[in-house]
Amino acid sequence: MADITITEKEQLVHGEDHGHDHGHGHDEHHGDKYQSSFIDRYLFSLDHKTISKQFLITGMFWAIIGAGMSVIFRLQLGFPDADISWLQPLLGGWIDIDPSTGAGKLSPDFYYALVTMHGTIIVFFVLTAGLSGTFSNLLIPLQIGARDMASPLLNMLSYWFFFLSGAILLFSLFLNTGPFSGGWTGYPPLSALPQASDGSKGGMTLWLISLVFFVVSVLLGGINYITTVLNMRTKGMTMFRMPLTIWAFLVTAILGLLSFPVIASGFFMVLFDRALGTSFFLDEIYIAGEALTERVGGNAILFQHLFWFLGHPEVYIIILPAMGIVSEVLAVHARKPIFGYKAMVFSILAIGVLSFLVWAHHMYMTGLNPFISNIFVLFTLIIAVPSAVKVFNWIATIWGGNFRYNSASLFSIGFVSLFISGGLTGLFLGNSIIDIQQHDTYFVVAHFHVVMGVSAMFGMFAGIYHWFPRMFGRFMNETLGQIHFWGTMIGAYAIFGPMHYQGMAGVPRRYYSFDTFQAFDQFDAMNQFITVAAIIVFFLQLLFVINFFYSIYRGKVQTEMNPWGATTLEWTAPIKAGHGNWEGDIPHVHRWPYDLNRYPDREFILQTEPLAEGEVDGGSSH
Amino acid sequence: MSTLTDVKLKRIHPKKFALWMAIVSMIMFFSAFTSAYIVRKSAGNWLSFPLPVEFYISTITILLSSLCFYISKKAYLEANIKLFKILFYSGFGLGLLFVLLQYLGWQSLHRIDISISTNQSSSFFYLITYAHILHVIGGIAALLVTLIGIIRKRFDYPSDKRTLKLELTYTYWHFVDLLWVYLLVFLIIQQ
Repeated sequence: MADITITEKEQLVHGEDHGHDHGHGHDEHHGDKYQSSFIDRYLFSLDHKTISKQFLITGMFWAIIGAGMSVIFRLQLGFPDADISWLQPLLGGWIDIDPSTGAGKLSPDFYYALVTMHGTIIVFFVLTAGLSGTFSNLLIPLQIGARDMASPLLNMLSYWFFFLSGAILLFSLFLNTGPFSGGWTGYPPLSALPQASDGSKGGMTLWLISLVFFVVSVLLGGINYITTVLNMRTKGMTMFRMPLTIWAFLVTAILGLLSFPVIASGFFMVLFDRALGTSFFLDEIYIAGEALTERVGGNAILFQHLFWFLGHPEVYIIILPAMGIVSEVLAVHARKPIFGYKAMVFSILAIGVLSFLVWAHHMYMTGLNPFISNIFVLFTLIIAVPSAVKVFNWIATIWGGNFRYNSASLFSIGFVSLFISGGLTGLFLGNSIIDIQQHDTYFVVAHFHVVMGVSAMFGMFAGIYHWFPRMFGRFMNETLGQIHFWGTMIGAYAIFGPMHYQGMAGVPRRYYSFDTFQAFDQFDAMNQFITVAAIIVFFLQLLFVINFFYSIYRGKVQTEMNPWGATTLEWTAPIKAGHGNWEGDIPHVHRWPYDLNRYPDREFILQTEPLAEGEVDGGSSH
Repeated sequence: MSTLTDVKLKRIHPKKFALWMAIVSMIMFFSAFTSAYIVRKSAGNWLSFPLPVEFYISTITILLSSLCFYISKKAYLEANIKLFKILFYSGFGLGLLFVLLQYLGWQSLHRIDISISTNQSSSFFYLITYAHILHVIGGIAALLVTLIGIIRKRFDYPSDKRTLKLELTYTYWHFVDLLWVYLLVFLIIQQ
């Protein structure tokens, strides 16, 4: 057993992983020699701060692609008769040109491909890798007082597996037969039979390979995050002195570690069905009138179980980091300690546990035994309890605070608003009886976009505006930030609000066209309105991207180490911190992370400040 | 002042902890297969076939290889390098033999016309054993790295760094060993 003390451990980890040994007890670690070349510094960097930027910028790239796709299919939904031949230079053969009129229309196959890719890209690449990859990497070592992750090498590999996974999916967009088009959930038989559709051919194979690499990336990252949080906290950083961000990232990583391998199993079985002639998910299939008599005995619903055993924890993998970020940002900008710190921690843990017990609420309509449905309804509705605790605590944190209105805090409030709105519709869908009416309609689309799509994006924006100085030593432009916030906030409700009505009227999701459904003609104007709102919101995000890159080079320079007057450790490291984060010794922690306005004469007290004689740690009373 | 900060905590090495986390994820990976197996089997139309005898022999081989590695680590810590090397080579050889025996096992199943697409039961059988052998090959890759280290005389005297490497490799190997025993027992009971 290599049991070691903390001091030895710090030395061991850094000595081994960074390729040069320090003397015992001397752990100064500023500016590694290995970072001297461009490749070491920016490409294959081992520094968690650089890797976090890599995750963020790659995530932004995918967000633009994913959101751009939604604009294109929204054009089809809002203006099905419009001539979009002008998109031909971008989409080529995916625009069907009517030879008599010369008018262009989106090909139905490509519509499905776009919807599928939009889901895959946003759920996995943007809101999993882009969100948790960015902020876990940036904040875990900095906020717990570690020089880097437990294994910087695995951390780097985690990013490059993500990059590879993205490159493969990107490549599939250029295949002759197109990318996978059977929905982001990849249900068989569309995913398991190459002959099922064009998108089920090479596009699906690449989709599977891409996602297997993605699972590897998530696991490498998650193992590192958990190990780092549990083993590498600085002296004094007890579990209950960790900021809520770290709690959220920890539980997120645990969820990923337990659920992603299960979907990997499902993906392997689909690969076997496609390539080796097994029939795990196939039975009594007819394709183009022809019966596949050889492929019998499987069960397509089995895939749904495997998929949603990941799929449901996945939505918490997406939302928990956003919740952590929002808790931190709200407390700092309301200049008040977070309300009910321990309640927040326990509700994160409760959500984590419950997230594994609710997956079949995605499957009420699969012929599930109604008694089993009842159990899943019960657990699903119980999740409302820890969620409501969190919402209450956020509101109570803002209440009576000396609130600073800036982009970061506005996006945090926006998150709370969206999470409440989207959470309320979850109560409808979580009930198996109401779900009979609502399933597979726009009500579902509206629900999950509001509660985990847009709100997680808001959490991410809050994090970016708040920690931008920590990343780049400059601030983002505040005016553009607030325009970005108000436009996106109003736009998000304008897009998804009306979809609830469509869903309640029974408009099914994933339909290319509603021409043959006269009952839905009444929604033509509403669809146009949604599409216009979506286009405006898309361009507002480009404004954010411009602000982001402009501010990296030209933003207001950060002069103070701790510009927001926060209490956590990431603001005690130099503005231009090298690899290793702190010059000299790692700071030690003496108090909880929310000593904001605790005493009339002290607006904030850093975690590194020792407790005064007779002073009780603020965290002990919360 | 919190007293906890002044106590030097004895903790597991972060890399070992990370390996255990990886093992947890692999357990989840195989649990998915075996639970899907149980669900599918309960639906009927399930062909029973005897497991090939090679699989029983391979089980003994991999157990013996683990035993070799276990004793070899003790020898290494006692600086008995000669014994360490002999046991390491034996364990490594037995590991390779395991892969060969698995391959022969699949061959003998093919001879009685049990292929991957014969029935759901054989599909699951091959799926699970293939997935396991991939993990074993990962273990053999790790052992190869150690083997190269031994040949280059890196293990000629005990050091903390080498002990850690040895422990990481061996822990993983013991895991794929126990995993195989679990899978074999599972396949026997669930045939």
